[in-house]
Amino acid sequence: MTKQHQNWSPYDNNGGTCVAIAGADYCVVAADTRAVGCISPFTGAVRQKLGMLRVISHLGMFGGELSRADKSLMASSGFQADVRALQKVLAARHLIYQHQHNKQMSCPAMAQLLSNTLYYKRFFPYYAFNVLGGLDTEGKGCVFTYDAVGSYERVGYSSQGSGATLITPFLDNQLKSPSPLLLPAKDAVTPLSESEAIDLVKTCFASATERDIYTGDKLEIVVINADGIRREYMELRKD
Amino acid sequence: MKIDFSGLESTAPLCGANSEMFDGISTSPSFQIPDTTDFDDFQKEAIQMVKPAKGTTTLAFIFKEGVMVAADSRASMGGYISSQSVKKIIEINPYMLGTMAGGAADCQFWHRNLGIKCRLHELANKRRISVTGASKLLANILYSYRGMGLSVGTMIAGWDEKGPGLYYVDSEGGRLKGTKFSVGSGSPYAYGILDSGYRYDMTVEEAAELARRSIYHATFRDGASGGVASVYYVGPTGWKKLSGDDVGELHYMYNPVEPTVVEQEMSEA
Repeated sequence: MTKQHQNWSPYDNNGGTCVAIAGADYCVVAADTRAVGCISPFTGAVRQKLGMLRVISHLGMFGGELSRADKSLMASSGFQADVRALQKVLAARHLIYQHQHNKQMSCPAMAQLLSNTLYYKRFFPYYAFNVLGGLDTEGKGCVFTYDAVGSYERVGYSSQGSGATLITPFLDNQLKSPSPLLLPAKDAVTPLSESEAIDLVKTCFASATERDIYTGDKLEIVVINADGIRREYMELRKD
Repeated sequence: MKIDFSGLESTAPLCGANSEMFDGISTSPSFQIPDTTDFDDFQKEAIQMVKPAKGTTTLAFIFKEGVMVAADSRASMGGYISSQSVKKIIEINPYMLGTMAGGAADCQFWHRNLGIKCRLHELANKRRISVTGASKLLANILYSYRGMGLSVGTMIAGWDEKGPGLYYVDSEGGRLKGTKFSVGSGSPYAYGILDSGYRYDMTVEEAAELARRSIYHATFRDGASGGVASVYYVGPTGWKKLSGDDVGELHYMYNPVEPTVVEQEMSEA
């Protein structure tokens, strides 16, 4: 029994990068679709590309397509098995909520639900690094960023995953809004228009793909605004 | 192993009578424990991968007018700064504040949990919980998880029927009552400024300035602290945020740049 557990390592890291940007009346959430196999976080073994995986979940019904009613988008990187399990749990919780309250869960409520869901696995964490984007109850764009065990924070933009260390400083440089902690408070809304924000996200990923081996193949971008929700793709370097 | 889940219990079931329908999703919450014989080693490796925010300066002290609470706002993972805008002063209710040092998720979650418990106490007893009581609730929960790798170093500051209250609570189960505390990697620097400038009969303005200066000096000497220095004051009418300043700008406020002769000569040339 003890022997069997000697090298028990339930995690793998499949890499991947996510970015989310909140604007005055929109939110852009993006993630690459590359998944890399066998990068054991414990041993660092052979790397092998696994192919394409969808990583953005709109937290609607299982397998459902994007719906106008969707208010939250979640992009995750890390261990794909944990990511899928986590997104499935959240989608199920959201479905129950819809049946009980006959409405969609607001994005800030979903944000706290995700935090609690992550923390209840505090002693056996989901190896998943998430960003949650959407529109808040006033229709303003919002982004929530997380660590693997559920600490979260509302921000104007965020990047998570293997390329985060490359992308975050660039976003800081382009968008750096005054800290929300400052007093007297300064307006912290991202100054970009929706199309400028999408272009910025594309630039981020094109650059990160050049220097991060775990990022590439294809970029999935989902945009949510007052008119509804839409998805687009961009090809990234495949090497 | 038997773990005390009493900290998670809520008075109402999540899904009504037939909650068994959604087994594992909406049954009453509990922590999942990995199926391994070597829990300690697993925790050590697992926590390495999900590295918690480390490196902080927080402080709180009681003076004549109430309690002053201050903190920086940086979260770092090793050498990488993962955030410069962390809210390390957690607003438990309008009369009570908690500070955050150690694991960000551990602090955030258990303070949220404490907020729920304090509200339930208020509804059951028709009066606000004392700072003593609230800090003991938290300390007891943390003690029940002792040895499982939680990392929390917090100060509970507030105003109750007996006046200002201040307690230090940590994940090892410690709980200390006091008038002056600083927690985190920058605390030695903050203590230096705090101890040399502290007087009981300060005004609110003097106390706020001392708190802000202590945080600034800690962020200057401690690389793991930085960002924005936030200062809160808790008085008889509840807490109020007094200031939030970028420490990068505070540096030039405390160290004004005076043009030297050499610089002037060079610019003229």
